[in-house]
Amino acid sequence: MSGSVAVETPLIPVRGGLARFARRNPTIVLGGTMLLLMVCVALFAPWISGDPFTVSPADRLRPPSFADFFAAGKIDRFGTDNLGRDIFARTIHGTRISLIVGIAVACLATLIGLAIGLAAGYFRLLDAIVMRVMDALMAIPSILLAIALVALTGGGIAIVIFAITVPDIPRVVRLVRSIVLTVRERPYIDAAISVGSPSRKIILRHILPSTVGPLIVQATYLCASAILVEAGLSFLGAGVPPEIPTWGNMIAQSRLFLARAPWTIFAPGACLALVVLSINLLGDGLRDRLDPRLARRM
Amino acid sequence: MSAAAPILDVQDLRTHFFTQDGVTRAVDGVSFTLAPGETLGIVGESGCGKSVTALSILRLLPPRLSRIVGGRVVFEGADLVTLDEAAMREIRGNRIAMIFQEPMTSLNPVLTIGAQIAEAVRIHQGASRKDALARAVEMLKLVRIPDAERRVGDYPHQFSGGMRQRVMIAMALSCNPRLLLADEPTTALDVTVQKQILRLMLELKERIGSAVILITHDLGVIAETARRVVVMYAGRVVEQAEVTALFDAPLHPYTRGLMASIPRLKHNRAKRLAEIPGIVPDLRTPIPGCAFAPRCPLATGRCREAAPPLEDQGGGHLAACWEAGRA
Repeated sequence: MSGSVAVETPLIPVRGGLARFARRNPTIVLGGTMLLLMVCVALFAPWISGDPFTVSPADRLRPPSFADFFAAGKIDRFGTDNLGRDIFARTIHGTRISLIVGIAVACLATLIGLAIGLAAGYFRLLDAIVMRVMDALMAIPSILLAIALVALTGGGIAIVIFAITVPDIPRVVRLVRSIVLTVRERPYIDAAISVGSPSRKIILRHILPSTVGPLIVQATYLCASAILVEAGLSFLGAGVPPEIPTWGNMIAQSRLFLARAPWTIFAPGACLALVVLSINLLGDGLRDRLDPRLARRM
Repeated sequence: MSAAAPILDVQDLRTHFFTQDGVTRAVDGVSFTLAPGETLGIVGESGCGKSVTALSILRLLPPRLSRIVGGRVVFEGADLVTLDEAAMREIRGNRIAMIFQEPMTSLNPVLTIGAQIAEAVRIHQGASRKDALARAVEMLKLVRIPDAERRVGDYPHQFSGGMRQRVMIAMALSCNPRLLLADEPTTALDVTVQKQILRLMLELKERIGSAVILITHDLGVIAETARRVVVMYAGRVVEQAEVTALFDAPLHPYTRGLMASIPRLKHNRAKRLAEIPGIVPDLRTPIPGCAFAPRCPLATGRCREAAPPLEDQGGGHLAACWEAGRA
């Protein structure tokens, strides 16, 4: 339909299409736009803000001031923390850690979980063994695992990602496995076997595509929860070293001065909430879009 | 019957299902042979083991639930029951192909029909993507899908039921199989389309020279298409004959019952349509005698005690009935 219109006037239908898409999927567009903004902030952090590490004892705990907001070198847009560091710069730079952890955990858990889930769902012999291992993995609390790993290795972003990914893998495996179990009973799988397709081909060509929709949705939820868990780990001191600006670290440090300097907690807290909200909105929108049956039921 | 060496020789095939409620003897000692190029019909009511027989030949049954517990399925000299999985994959789609009952669900909704027809060609003939797709177009033309070059890139939901069954036929015949298993290929279709599909299938079968096993519960379809017929009841073969002999003089009471229950155009409306009283026996309990005895008007004490063997009653007309002579 839009294809035939596009031949005559190439530009307008594209915009019309976008507007229509936004009208029909407001949550995808809202969540996606917010997330895209966050990603841009994370990418261009050094250009947007000043240095998040500069300690300036003379400027400790200054409240936010909106005078000369865009002046270069201004450090108290969002106020300063107990070491006189620029909270605006630290919040902006904190976006990087949060998004890196969120996206890395979502990708790793999804890819590893997908591979294990496909194998477990298709090869019934493997299933019993794999699922028991997954049950065991699921019983590991990510916070305790992270504390143990940080105690052993000294911490770092890779350790945090690993600690959050491990207990997330079984969630993906269960999802993928359940899809494989229903899809493998469909007649077209028998038809594919009857033309001599090997298992590898049946799994990758005939079963894998059915898992993509639900997996994308699941990945957004994993991403959001990973960001929250990372903040929680940093707050507990079991995450990224405290001098590195992450939202969890910032909240942890502000806790001590909360009564005197409430602004120290406001910016990282709000950003954390916003980024998780935007990802969840995107996930909900995608779920409705990718599974229309579910959307109608709600 | 046929002088040529059979292409398929099924001997005493037994396929059982192992469920929580016990063992179901879905196929319980089925034997028949098939000459190259021959069309054999298998008839019987729902649950008599027709489909399971076909699925057993290709070993497509769910592995943990069912097992071929006995018998041989010799195809071109190799026993398919004991063949390893890799060799079996070589045969599936290449030497033996299958057409399923449900054209609406037997095609993968997320792949183009061209990709699905090409799959067998790529697997068995090692053709490139391009060559396989060209073969797919050729097959679509053969099954008379109009505008094949364009439609090869369409998805299954863009086709009607009859068209999809044509696609399934194209898929099954793409590697020129020696044997085609057609499991109720027209049951899900409109009556008007049924005949077209059957005719197309048989015409292409002649062209390729493959043998066909046509499974159906529709005696009319059998009468038009098959040369020889196997009648199954409760997992066993009860009668086997040339199609004309079977229709002229059915020997087994079950076959006679089936024929009597076909509605005729000249049927007297005041008279009730004939039926076979009773229901199909429960296959989970072993049946010592003839499986049809409880429903049979001719049954004697002997029928309930000992299962009658499938014996030649003259002229290659086989029937498993102690009372076959009594008409």
